[in-house]
Order: sequence, then structure tokens, then C-alpha cells
Amino acid sequence: MIRGVQPTAPSLDVRGVRYAYPDGHLALHGVDLTVARGERVALLGPNGAGKTTLVLHLNGILTATEGSIAVGGLTVGPDRSTLAEIRRRVGIVFQDPDDQLFLPTVAEDVAFGPANLGLRGAELAARVDEALAAVGMSEHRDRAPHHLSFGQRRRVAVATVLAMRPEILVLDEPSSNLDPAARRELAVILRGLPVTLLMVTHDLPYAFELCDRSVILDGGRIVADGPTPEILGDEPLLARHRLELPYPFSPTLPPAPVRE
Amino acid sequence: MGAGHAHVLYRESDSPVHRLPPEVKIAAMVAFTVAVVATPREAIWAFGAYALLVAAVAALARVNARWLLVRSTIELPFVLFAFALPFLGAGERVDLLGLSLSADGLYGAWNIIAKGTLGVWASLLLAATTTTRDLIVGLDRLRCPQILTQIATFMLRYLDVLVGEARRMRVARISRGDDPRFLWQLRGFAAGVGALFLRAFERGERVYLAMLSRGYTGRMPAVWQGGGAATTGQWLVAATVPVLAGTVAATAAVLT
Repeated sequence: MIRGVQPTAPSLDVRGVRYAYPDGHLALHGVDLTVARGERVALLGPNGAGKTTLVLHLNGILTATEGSIAVGGLTVGPDRSTLAEIRRRVGIVFQDPDDQLFLPTVAEDVAFGPANLGLRGAELAARVDEALAAVGMSEHRDRAPHHLSFGQRRRVAVATVLAMRPEILVLDEPSSNLDPAARRELAVILRGLPVTLLMVTHDLPYAFELCDRSVILDGGRIVADGPTPEILGDEPLLARHRLELPYPFSPTLPPAPVRE
Repeated sequence: MGAGHAHVLYRESDSPVHRLPPEVKIAAMVAFTVAVVATPREAIWAFGAYALLVAAVAALARVNARWLLVRSTIELPFVLFAFALPFLGAGERVDLLGLSLSADGLYGAWNIIAKGTLGVWASLLLAATTTTRDLIVGLDRLRCPQILTQIATFMLRYLDVLVGEARRMRVARISRGDDPRFLWQLRGFAAGVGALFLRAFERGERVYLAMLSRGYTGRMPAVWQGGGAATTGQWLVAATVPVLAGTVAATAAVLT
């Protein structure tokens, strides 16, 4: 599925990234994060921790004041061809699907990314079909995004970046605003995708369900990094960073069998 | 393409006019309107001929006369001024129904109303047979500057989102006891418009970031434009209406 990548290079290698906003506010204080190929990592943290800022660094929309970022061995740089390849490799699914889906039909929107990569004709159509099939939205290809349910729109938003065959899929709050069924359907889809996954979320049970590893970003630094059950089991650690498990949830218990 | 939009004017059908590619319909509509506008106002018979042409196209497109007439009331605010002309006009007067009216003013009013109505009818027929999405595709194929078609595309996509936001903000305002029935109670509404503008602005920024993330470089890639463009035959079919109208206009110009 992924071309032109050395098999040894990690999908994501962030080293000592610092970033200050133009107004001088320091958002990232030296972030180090390595995500191996095929890994599924949850990026946790309270509001204002710098999660979205970090995400916008991954594909070169924001440029680090210091430090470096490499995606599948390719260092993010300012020249156009590098940026184009970086943006192919890093597929960001933004929080509000209405921001991501801007064209009148689902198929056109899914085609936008691969068309920017230069694909045309049958090859492009095949990409669109493949991406829509991966999220189970094939039958909605000619509909307008605003006529889809929120969950369907989120799935199409995932398809729009899958169509670029990314090295790493970055999801910003994938479970926000979804009803429980749509949340579960998306989890099933995400679990089935053969890509590296970085999931930015406050939804700790979702992180537990989908990611083996979790990192906590707070105050512009990575403050914890470990297996998800361990991180979620450390109540004082979570409390220090304004994270809490929902009341009945306990990461130490095996998931209870569901009766219907 | 463009299936499932909530169209205000589009009339779902499968008539020969609906099947014509959008660019030929746009070109025909514009050419027809130009012919109508170029016709001297004294040639009253010519406007009758144009109305017959419109009726023929409407019949072909299975658009009923009632719909067309009701919808054409949209022009009323714009032609109201024309009704004043016969009273205000200078020059020789004629007596009509016991009123002394200016002949020049009557012609002026007739000119505005006849040409305006025919133009509105032609536009309505275009809108009734072409989805908004196809209109944009048509404009694009007619080499309309991409910046304009892009803006139109964004409007088409985000109008519903904006209307939804405005509605939610209004409900939230009313839920807190706002009841803007009088002009001096519009403060909340005005603040809402400001907030809506800011939201739209911020959304624009986020949409742009999301586009950049998918490799946008400032030009929309031509995705599906290749297929479906009009054939010479379709251009010829659609040309009948403006050619007839042009002939009428030329005849009228020669005769008067």
C-alpha cells in the first residue's frame, strides 16, 4: 500500500520540536516522539496542551522554530516538492468534517487529494472507489456532504486522506460529536486500516480501544509515553494533566461481555 | 453529479432541455437575452415572438406556465419604477381609460417590463432545467475565470452550513428571551451577524488548512471535467432559440 519508504524508517520521527506563535506564545517546548510503522498511538492531553499545533507541524503547515520532523525517513522541509510528498504521507483528518469536505459531492472531495498528486482518469477513479470502500461509503459517492449524517461525513473525511495512501493517518478528535453507534462503526473501520495511526483525543476509552500506546502532551511537552493500559491506569498522572476516565471505566478490567 | 441538492428553482425532470449540457444552455440564454434587449421597443410584435419562443422551450422542458408566472414575480420590485413612467414622462400625451399619459413614458414602461420579463423567463427556464452544480460546471467549461467558479462552488457547499449556524444561533438567542419584534430590539440580531461573519471567516481558514494538507497548491485540479462536454450537435440544437431570436431582432431593427 505504501510506496517509496525505507522499511526501517519510522513512520514519524519528531525531534526536539519547539514552536512559538507569532505573538511570542510558546506552544511547543521541545517535543520528541517516534512512531514506528504500523503502530497505533493515542496523543492525549488537555485543551490548550499544543496537540493541534503539533499535528499542524507534522505536514509542514506550521514550521518548527527548532527541531526536526521526519515522516517515513523524509525530513519535512520548506521546498515545494518535499512538502507535496510530506502532505501525501501524512493524512490529517480534521475535527470538523465540514472543514474537510468542501466540494459539492463526496466523490469529488475524495478525488481532490489524489488529483493534487497528479492522478487522472481511471487511476483517479480507482483511488476514489478504493478509499470510499475502505470506509463503507461507496454507495454515497454522488451525494452532497451536507446531506450525510455527521458520522458518515466523518467517515468520508477519513476516505479523503486514505485516497492519498498515507504513511501515517492523523486523526484529530475522531470520536467527537458522534453518537455511540457511529463511534463504534468508526472504531471498526479504523481498526481494519493497515496504516500507522496517530489519534489525538480526550476520549480515553477510545484510545484504550484502538491504541496500544499512548503519549500525554501537556504544556507543550511529552510528559508520559507508554502502553495505553499503564497510562490510563495511573490515576495521579492523569489527574496532573487534567485527564479523567469516565466514571465506570477501568482499564485494568477486561472488557465485560456484551449481552444484547 | 450534483445529485440530491436542495434546489429552490430546479424542476426534476428528464426533458430534452434538461438533458442538454449546461454550457450550451447558458450560452443560449445569454444570447437570447442580448437579442431581446437589442430589439427596438416600438416593434411590439417582436416581443410576442419572443414570448412564443419562451413558451415553446417551457413546453419542451415540461415547465408549466403557472410556475413560470409565479416565479417571475421576483422582478416586481425591479420594474415598479416602470409603472411611474407613463405618469411622469414628458412629451405628447395620450388619453387612456380617462388618464392623460405620456406616450414616451408608456413606451419606456413597456420597454422595461417586456425586456425584463423575457430575461427573467429565460433565466428561470435555465434554472429550472439545470442544477446549481451543473451551472457551475457549465460556467467552468465556458472558460469563466476559475476564481469565480471556485467561489460559487464554495457558496454552494457552505450556504447550508452557514444557514444552519445562523439558525442555531437564533434558537439559542430566542431561548434566552430575545424577541426581536421591533427595530430597536435588533441588537442581538446584529451581534449575531457579526459572530456569524467571524465564524465564517474562521471556517474559511480551517477549510484552507485542510485543503493545504491534501496538497492544494492554489489551483483546483481538473478532476472530472474531461467527460460530458457538449457536442457540436448539442450546440446546434441549443442555438435554434437564440438564432430565431436574433432573426426577429434583426427584422425588427430593419422594419422600424
